[in-house]
Amino acid sequence: MALQIRQGALWQRITIAVPYLWLFVFFLLPFGIILKISLADPVIAQPPFTPFFDADGGLSITIDNFLFLLTDKLYAVTYIKSIFMAATAMVLCLALGFPMAYGIARANPTTRSLLLLLIVLPFWISFLLRVYAWMGLLNNYGVINNFLMWVGFIDQPIQMMYTDFAIFIGLTYTYLPFMILPLYATLERMDLDLVDAAQDLGASRTIAFWDITWPLARPGVIAGCLLVFIPAMGEYVIPYLLGGPDTLLIGRVLFDEFFVNRDWPLASSVAIMLLLILVVPIVFLQRSQARDAEATS
Amino acid sequence: MKKQSRFVFSVLVFGYAFLYIPLASVIVYSFNDSKLATVWGGFSTRWYVELFKNEQILDAAFLSLRIASTSATLATIFGTMAGLILVRFGRFRGQTLFSGMIIAPLVMPEVITGLSLLLLFVSLQQLIGWPGQRGFMTITIAHTTFSMAYVAVIVRSRLATMDESLEEAAMDLGCRPLRIVFDITLPLIAPAMIAGWLLAFTLSLDDLVIASFVSGPGSSTLPMYIFSKVKLGVTPDINALASLIILVISILVFTAWFIARRSESRV
Amino acid sequence: MRRADYDTENLSIMTDKSETFIRIRGISKKFGDFTAVDDVNLDIGRGELFSILGGSGCGKSTLLRVMAGFETPTAGTIEIDGVDITELPPYERPVNMMFQSYAIFPHMNVEKNIAYGLRKDHVDNKEIAQRVDDMLELVQLVDFRERKPNQLSGGQRQRVALARALIKRPKVLLLDEPLAALDKKLREQTQFELMNIQDELGITFVVVTHDQEEAMTLSTRIAVMEEGRFLQVGPPKEIYEFPESRFVADFIGTINMFEGKVSRVGDETISVESAEAGTSLRALGNHDVEVGQSVCIAVRPEKIFITKHEPDNDDDVRIRGVVDDLGYLGNLSLYRIRLESGKMIQVSSQNRRRSTKRFVEWEDKIWVSWRPRSAIVLTD
Repeated sequence: MALQIRQGALWQRITIAVPYLWLFVFFLLPFGIILKISLADPVIAQPPFTPFFDADGGLSITIDNFLFLLTDKLYAVTYIKSIFMAATAMVLCLALGFPMAYGIARANPTTRSLLLLLIVLPFWISFLLRVYAWMGLLNNYGVINNFLMWVGFIDQPIQMMYTDFAIFIGLTYTYLPFMILPLYATLERMDLDLVDAAQDLGASRTIAFWDITWPLARPGVIAGCLLVFIPAMGEYVIPYLLGGPDTLLIGRVLFDEFFVNRDWPLASSVAIMLLLILVVPIVFLQRSQARDAEATS
Repeated sequence: MKKQSRFVFSVLVFGYAFLYIPLASVIVYSFNDSKLATVWGGFSTRWYVELFKNEQILDAAFLSLRIASTSATLATIFGTMAGLILVRFGRFRGQTLFSGMIIAPLVMPEVITGLSLLLLFVSLQQLIGWPGQRGFMTITIAHTTFSMAYVAVIVRSRLATMDESLEEAAMDLGCRPLRIVFDITLPLIAPAMIAGWLLAFTLSLDDLVIASFVSGPGSSTLPMYIFSKVKLGVTPDINALASLIILVISILVFTAWFIARRSESRV
Repeated sequence: MRRADYDTENLSIMTDKSETFIRIRGISKKFGDFTAVDDVNLDIGRGELFSILGGSGCGKSTLLRVMAGFETPTAGTIEIDGVDITELPPYERPVNMMFQSYAIFPHMNVEKNIAYGLRKDHVDNKEIAQRVDDMLELVQLVDFRERKPNQLSGGQRQRVALARALIKRPKVLLLDEPLAALDKKLREQTQFELMNIQDELGITFVVVTHDQEEAMTLSTRIAVMEEGRFLQVGPPKEIYEFPESRFVADFIGTINMFEGKVSRVGDETISVESAEAGTSLRALGNHDVEVGQSVCIAVRPEKIFITKHEPDNDDDVRIRGVVDDLGYLGNLSLYRIRLESGKMIQVSSQNRRRSTKRFVEWEDKIWVSWRPRSAIVLTD
């Protein structure tokens, strides 16, 4: 029930207006600007794109940028590769994260609190530093290779840095907490007696898992997957530091297009395309969260 | 049951090892005497000493801390307002848009938010001549914008579980609606607000991509500095810096957790 | 209006209209299609301890919230002491509420909680301190003034809630299921405390409850509510002994009901042929009934006698039966009797004599009987 406020009280209006305006100006409006710039031509000027209205007041827009994106094979490959990598990271996080979340949810309350803390702690530690840490491990003369050579498993260092493999490790490492936390929240709410009841009624452990645990954990799974997939799609730092020069992902492409090529309109259209691809998962996430909130209220 | 527990247990062990071994190795190697970061050359603390002599790092760190505390405070204020609106206020025009705008920054890829804000600042510069030099102000605005989404979500979930009859009781005793927010609501969600502030602070301190987009020449945040060094590979002085940061944050987080547990058990 | 002043023989209780303190007229509350409160009218006198009794979902809590100001009525008006308060927000009404969950502010100690309302009225500090002291004494929490709510028991928290509401000297105190959260012993104790406090301060109490025992003990008058409407309003004795409908008769306590048709209407009594009873039942006929009309004769378990032999008094209604079940409750014994017609009725009697022998045993053939004036004639 709302705070029974006479609708339209002044302080109420101000409280709504302040964050609303802020978000509108600093979040929504910029998207409009990206759209506008994506419809412009690049020029050598400051800023490097043609203005919306040209000299005699007409609209000067072009869809060249979008056409280029849609027809250029390189871009298509990049988008698809980004989707593929983000999806793989999502699956890896799920495979590792689900059992971990399950284990934490089943632990006794005191241990649980500590375990959760240990999951969250890396999240608080700079993300950049964590990626950096992997650089030290995966290097040709890094810890892992040194160890393997010392033990005698290999003679030559395995090339791990600057490969897709390194990117997957980096993505999984960084986004694992994002998967575990919503999963844990859902699993913790679940009545653990249900699995026992199923087994009592004749279901084997595996069947009980698929029949009972998995369906009930689904809202958490969806939330976790989307919380990994959506930001991973636009990852820049991880591919840059851990990936090879030929591993082009959308985040990197956007950055380079903007800062290196100084082609703002093209970069903007890359962003718009990425947004369009992400709209579906974002709306899906919002709906799923709303449904979940209703179900538990 | 036993077999499943063993499987889950081993995954847990593997998972935590996966999370912490990289951090441990950084800390270990920060005491490495050799200039080649990953080849062990003996124990030394010289890299830590060098850290404190490095002007660039200190400037970058100071800038990051200023930005983080300012944006965290603003984000907490705006985010709390947003949380209150989402839960306690009735329907108003543009409510769905507002909810959408609150949630979206949480998942938006950083390159997009960074790019969009930079373009905004450039356009504003053209139109009204502000902001001039991109730096502290623009980065703070950017951080406030995405952090307030996190604070709003935290405050919102705390408000949802709060007993509404407390606010009704205050109203019944003669408290006007605005006063209720200050007398009752805010004191009771204070822990959530503090958690939100800490989260916003950390997010700001850690942000690289968005800061890179919206900063200007001469304003380099700590992550930006680290990134510029790290691009070239693993270096021992960054190892030391990293270890220091890991240590400080770990201590802070554990302290916060400890305090939270103690206050809970006192109830 | 003190309970002792009631004329218990006079069945239609409300005092003359000039004493009406709360006047509720035509109050309705709809939530979309659902009508929670349906055109309710009520007069409550000054100093009454009035209960609204009903099962869950009957609308009583909604009505209370409308009185407190947390819900705006879809229609109707409420007047308190001559002033129309319908449009006033909760913080401007001379009404205070004791919430079911007590709603004690967890971040303030007992003293601050109690003083809160006075602070909002901008009473000066010295007076606040004095009144808080008085209140703490009244609810016997003097030693607890510094404590925080999480250091109090349920009963103590309730007293804080009560003190907090009373200190403002409201014209009306609303209580939402005040005894629901308390265990039996505490409930009995609190019942009497509430009644004493109300007597001493003279404040009009309106209590909402689903517990009939609570309503019967506490109240000067009760309103039985169902599906948003009042079915009957009157003092406890009237509701119990003279229910006006099958619902009310059944809702309060236990009752045995016999359906039948009026066979004879006399000067004082009527006769009803009832297949369920297996015989003709005589009852005091103070309703307008006609021969052939379907009515219900209702008798309370404690008004029925069990005898081993046919009763002497010819006036009494008498029916043969068999003891189907019996239960010993310490102060009472309860019996389930199967009549010849197959109908089960309940009889209760006080255990006046102290003995290890039971009066009757299972399967005993007995007679049940009651006086005609013990029976209630129900036409609704």
